[in-house]
Amino acid sequence: MNEILLTAVWGIVMMLAGAFVKNKSIPKYIAIGGLLITIFATCRELYYQQLIFDIDVKGMLNVERDVSFHLTFLVAMLVCTLFYFLLNGRDIEKVGNNVSEYFALIFFILCGVGIVASFNTLLMLFIGIEIISIPLYILTGADKRNLKSNEAGLKYFLMGAFSTGIMLMGIAFIYGGNESGSFFLDKINLGTGNMSVLTTIGLVLLMISLSFKVSAAPFHFWTPDVYDGAPTVFTSFMSTIVKAASFFAFARLFDNAFGTMQVQWQKLIVLITAATLLIGNLTAVFQQSVKRMLAYSSIAQAGFMLFALFAMNGKAKEGLVLYGTAYSLATIGIFAVLIKMNDYTIDGFNGLAKKQPVLAFAATIFLLSLTGIPLTAGFMAKFYMLMAAVDRGNNIWLVVLAVLCAAISAYYYFRVIQAMYFKENNEVTAQQEWDVTPSFKILLLVLVGIIILLGIFPNQLLIDWLWY
Amino acid sequence: MDIKWYIELAVALFSIGVIGVLIRRNAIIIFICVELMLNAANLLLVAFSKMHATAIAAGKAAPTVVADAQIFVFFIMVVAAAEVAVGLAIIVMMYRNVHSVDVNFLNRLKN
Repeated sequence: MNEILLTAVWGIVMMLAGAFVKNKSIPKYIAIGGLLITIFATCRELYYQQLIFDIDVKGMLNVERDVSFHLTFLVAMLVCTLFYFLLNGRDIEKVGNNVSEYFALIFFILCGVGIVASFNTLLMLFIGIEIISIPLYILTGADKRNLKSNEAGLKYFLMGAFSTGIMLMGIAFIYGGNESGSFFLDKINLGTGNMSVLTTIGLVLLMISLSFKVSAAPFHFWTPDVYDGAPTVFTSFMSTIVKAASFFAFARLFDNAFGTMQVQWQKLIVLITAATLLIGNLTAVFQQSVKRMLAYSSIAQAGFMLFALFAMNGKAKEGLVLYGTAYSLATIGIFAVLIKMNDYTIDGFNGLAKKQPVLAFAATIFLLSLTGIPLTAGFMAKFYMLMAAVDRGNNIWLVVLAVLCAAISAYYYFRVIQAMYFKENNEVTAQQEWDVTPSFKILLLVLVGIIILLGIFPNQLLIDWLWY
Repeated sequence: MDIKWYIELAVALFSIGVIGVLIRRNAIIIFICVELMLNAANLLLVAFSKMHATAIAAGKAAPTVVADAQIFVFFIMVVAAAEVAVGLAIIVMMYRNVHSVDVNFLNRLKN
């Protein structure tokens, strides 16, 4: 609750800052300050149940500190955003003239993240998803004179609006199908018998639209184009925090509203998961641009996060928080390195280890974490997800498929590492001027440290420490 | 009137919208089709709200707040308006650069 209020207010503060502050480097500090306040307030809420205002939300939002871990998840996402601001603040300034507006939009997105992490009714789900999506359309098209950014913005907008339409139709059918005539998740309660026709249609439509939002196959086709075309700083944001939040909403909806019917819709999830894992990993192998490869890798990682929906048990809920955090941290890191490159192809990374040893080392750890090598956060996250799926007991072949896909992913991640360490640099990288400050390097190393610590003590750091 | 007519009308509108999004190439027309989908959902929500209200009045269902769906419709309208504002801005931005709103232009990212 604190998070939703503070980010909404701070978004307005950032807009006012845009009107009154002419210096382009100031908004970054205002944004970081606001984010620190938000993190502090959310931690107070997590530990001591301290709310700034005691608002009666009529049960529409979850204000309890319960086993859905939504506050833990929010703190983790805010910390990821803090790293994002610290690492990429200077690059956001370079996108265009409206620096504070970009930060304002990011704060509004964080407000939406707060809502989708704690919604209790379908109305709040819809509002939250829209508050996330609409600012993202603007951020995707933020580079106004770049045709690629225009194209990505339009494509993302049309696809996003289309999936919103599907979601609303799904909500309408769910509403019609349940006897109680309520949008509250706990009252939708389908029971364990047969589902009515209306409910079935609604459930499938909701599943399709949320698969669009989290870019799960076969609804992933917009993802590579949009991630490739958007300004790289904003690709970093939307492929990490936004995607993790959409997954959290997906899991929350299907757990709380349709959990009792899981046997029925699990088959669909199995198909979506298998398709996402295969398509994401196999297509990523053929990419020459690292940015596009990361777009496909984000589809592949979505396949692993879908295991939370497949398993839908306590471990899966913890695992989703851990996976979202591990994936976001590593992806923010690798994008921060990528932004500094002039050439986004894999050849552009040739000989990076000799030029910028710190960047190359950090990028290596991030890529290892994305692959899921032990002692990194990515390993623990994948381990949790697969353990939850094994605990569920059925469809063990899916776990085998996931492990094989993780092995495929090693190929394309290691290609970048190989280029950095074992290849001579080409003309493009040789002439590049590096805009890398010492503080940027230190931050990257801190991020590496967090990823390794999360890989060694995942529970202690994320669940126990934030929880108790 | 029986609820099934409303459902059929809403599904027909929704299908026209979906087909329009999939086959039309003009960004504005696609956008109109998306609005059609949203309005199909609006119609369905209002119809179902009335259906639940009738069921409660006849004593077949437990009394709850039945205006929920009609409030929901207002939220959808507001959000759709916000989407129009952003979406038309994006389409205008596109038009300034390529002097066309044809989505077939959107193939620069493919290669």
